[in-house]
Amino acid sequence: MSTVVQYILYLAVLVVLAIPLGAYMYKVMNGDKTFLSPILAPCENAVYKVLHIDKNEEMSGKQYTIAVVLFSACGFVFLFLLQMLQGVLPGNPQGLPNVPWDLSFNTTASFLTNTNWQAYTGESTLSYLTQALGLTVQNFVSAATGIAVLFAMIRGFVKVKSSGLGSFWVDMTRIIIHILIPLNLVIALCLVGGGVIQNLHPADAVSLVEPIAVDSEGNVLENAKIDTDSNTVTVDGKAVKDAQIITDEFVPMGPAASQVAIKQTGTNGGGFMGVNSAHPLENPSAFTNLIEMISLLLIPAGLCFTFGKGVANKKQGIAIFMAMFICLAAALAVVAVNEQAATPQLAQDGAVNITQSTDQPGGNMEGKEARFGIASSSTWATFTTAASNGSVNSMHDSFTPIGGLVPMLLMMLGEVIFGGVGCGLYGMLAFAILTVFIAGLMVGRTPEFLGKKIEPYEMKWAVLVCLATPIAILVGSGIAAVVPGVMDSLNNGGPHGFSELMYTYSSTGGNNGSAFAGFNANTVFINVSTAFVMLFARFLPIVGTLAIAQNLVGKKKVATTAGTLSTTNGLFVFMLILIVLIVGALSFFPALSLGPIAEYFQSIV
Amino acid sequence: MKNLKIAAAFFLLFTVITGVVYTGVVTGIAQVIFPNQANGSIIEVDGKKYGSELLGQQYTDDGHMWGRIMNIDTQTYTDKDGKALMYATPSNLSPASDEYEALVKERVEKLRAADPEMKDAAIPVDLVTCSGSGLDPDISPAAAQYQVARIADARGISQDKVEDIIDKCTKGKFLGVLGEKTVNVLKVNLMLDGVLK
Repeated sequence: MSTVVQYILYLAVLVVLAIPLGAYMYKVMNGDKTFLSPILAPCENAVYKVLHIDKNEEMSGKQYTIAVVLFSACGFVFLFLLQMLQGVLPGNPQGLPNVPWDLSFNTTASFLTNTNWQAYTGESTLSYLTQALGLTVQNFVSAATGIAVLFAMIRGFVKVKSSGLGSFWVDMTRIIIHILIPLNLVIALCLVGGGVIQNLHPADAVSLVEPIAVDSEGNVLENAKIDTDSNTVTVDGKAVKDAQIITDEFVPMGPAASQVAIKQTGTNGGGFMGVNSAHPLENPSAFTNLIEMISLLLIPAGLCFTFGKGVANKKQGIAIFMAMFICLAAALAVVAVNEQAATPQLAQDGAVNITQSTDQPGGNMEGKEARFGIASSSTWATFTTAASNGSVNSMHDSFTPIGGLVPMLLMMLGEVIFGGVGCGLYGMLAFAILTVFIAGLMVGRTPEFLGKKIEPYEMKWAVLVCLATPIAILVGSGIAAVVPGVMDSLNNGGPHGFSELMYTYSSTGGNNGSAFAGFNANTVFINVSTAFVMLFARFLPIVGTLAIAQNLVGKKKVATTAGTLSTTNGLFVFMLILIVLIVGALSFFPALSLGPIAEYFQSIV
Repeated sequence: MKNLKIAAAFFLLFTVITGVVYTGVVTGIAQVIFPNQANGSIIEVDGKKYGSELLGQQYTDDGHMWGRIMNIDTQTYTDKDGKALMYATPSNLSPASDEYEALVKERVEKLRAADPEMKDAAIPVDLVTCSGSGLDPDISPAAAQYQVARIADARGISQDKVEDIIDKCTKGKFLGVLGEKTVNVLKVNLMLDGVLK
């Protein structure tokens, strides 16, 4: 019972916080005064002054697109070089070497596209300088870029017979200074208070209570008697010659909390540590978990309400929000039930206690932390794949077959169930356009959305936006499945191995970034191929969205008549969900049945 | 060209604002207000660092409380003198495979052999599974309870004393609802060893 309360609370806190944030973001979009303006407006104006930016510039869709692309290109070059040169740059107390070109290329594409797919382990690969100056910065600006494009699209719906969508530079400045920085300062400090590290010291070492002995290949020697004084190891009375005694444990350090805050709020998801928010120094308690988990959906959920206010039709924002929320809650229920039920392989005919009680969470605890149990892990897994966040607090690779299918499916649906900041909503709006078109065909009327006629030009781009993710995933994983050598990357055999491969391309194709992490993604082919998948799935929808916005902004408003299809009622919400599911299911059902569905049936017979 | 200039200047300015200023401000405030948490919650007694309260270690002595199953890595990290350090990673195994079934069976047998007092009692699931980080510092109260008899026997102390220590190291749910009740294994063992009071 208390578990159900936990699920409900998580969803309730999200909604309660998203509504006021949505209203705040609406003010920021329009440049209106907020309660933080007295402090932040001078900073904002200083940016315009230093960079000679015209605050009142109106960019066309094409100009806006060019600005996005040029800005991203600058970020790309900078982050790529920063990694390639980190060995000779300061801010590297561990003395880590330069990152190889293919991994560097992959990580750059990944953070630039708000994916944060990680083929590396943070603790052992990246210097503090690279983390702070490279990744933290991209976490901020890639998130802001997504929101900015959404703002441009909202203006496309609102403005009548106009040509401008606002200025990319002004939008970016406002989003970062008024929304992201204040929000993340507060969150980062709460996280440090809860135990997340934030320092610039080199990594530490602490004594082990029980020293361990390993053989020359690093395998732990079981039942070893260790004498640390004479430095000898004996197993069953026999001395082991080349055994090595390990007396200390590695404790990673670095500026983690500041990066963890923005990786959550910006739906980036790239962990400071390799195991992301499962790591006890990145997410130490139920308190930090609450903050991190809510922040990962906060902005995407809030933007639905921003959108409603922005198009002067609050009901429209609520309708879109409801469509997303219903899918989210349904997905959560499926994951929760399956993870709590665990598998027969784990239950061992009752020898293992998987029953939930006041003294233990029970369920499938493989890959899950004791402090999070089933409820907080299932909720996180659903939230992070619904939003294109991709951070994890448990290992999705170790989920039950159906519990692991749902996160994969959420990514395959195009990351529109809230999705990434900004991009989730503009992706969903493309689906909404598709929905009014199909509904229009059914009743024989010219489709319109928010008073603007939807014509062939919008339709072509909307279809491309909707299909970018399926194309990226299917082509990517299809090619990877036939490339020799990729199979060596698998950590599990059989259908689960195929799931690992498909999850990799779903995650990068959905710009999500989570992983079935047993998969060894750090090979030249996978690094390069997933990098292109991420770039394609990010920039095609941006170009499409701005093209639609540009075309809409020049149109006149059509008067609402008795024959106008309502896009705010329950029927529309139902239709929208249906279209999203149909496109997703048609694209992926065959592939899913070879992976998780096959594994499920195999596991119960 | 003009656009590229603005883009580059804009990028550099925001690199300074979000990369240097933001990170610096958070680090500064954190080091002043939360020095212990910001530096890894390390348990230091008389100058010796006995571990981080947030990082799990592996215990196999009968007189110690055991934690989650660990997938130990000694090959990746070294201290500044080049000495190998222990770290751990998650298993990323599917819990629905035959190989996994065999693996858990072995773990069950090992625990049954180590805890004969518990006879055929079902073993709490967190004792036979690897955690999400591989470094989970906690176990559930049920898993701690399962080991009380063994620890008391091995040390020749009363079960009440062991339960007392477990109680001291147990953390409830956040606000009574969120997350799970946990027992910090390192703290229990340091108390059993008399390092922590």
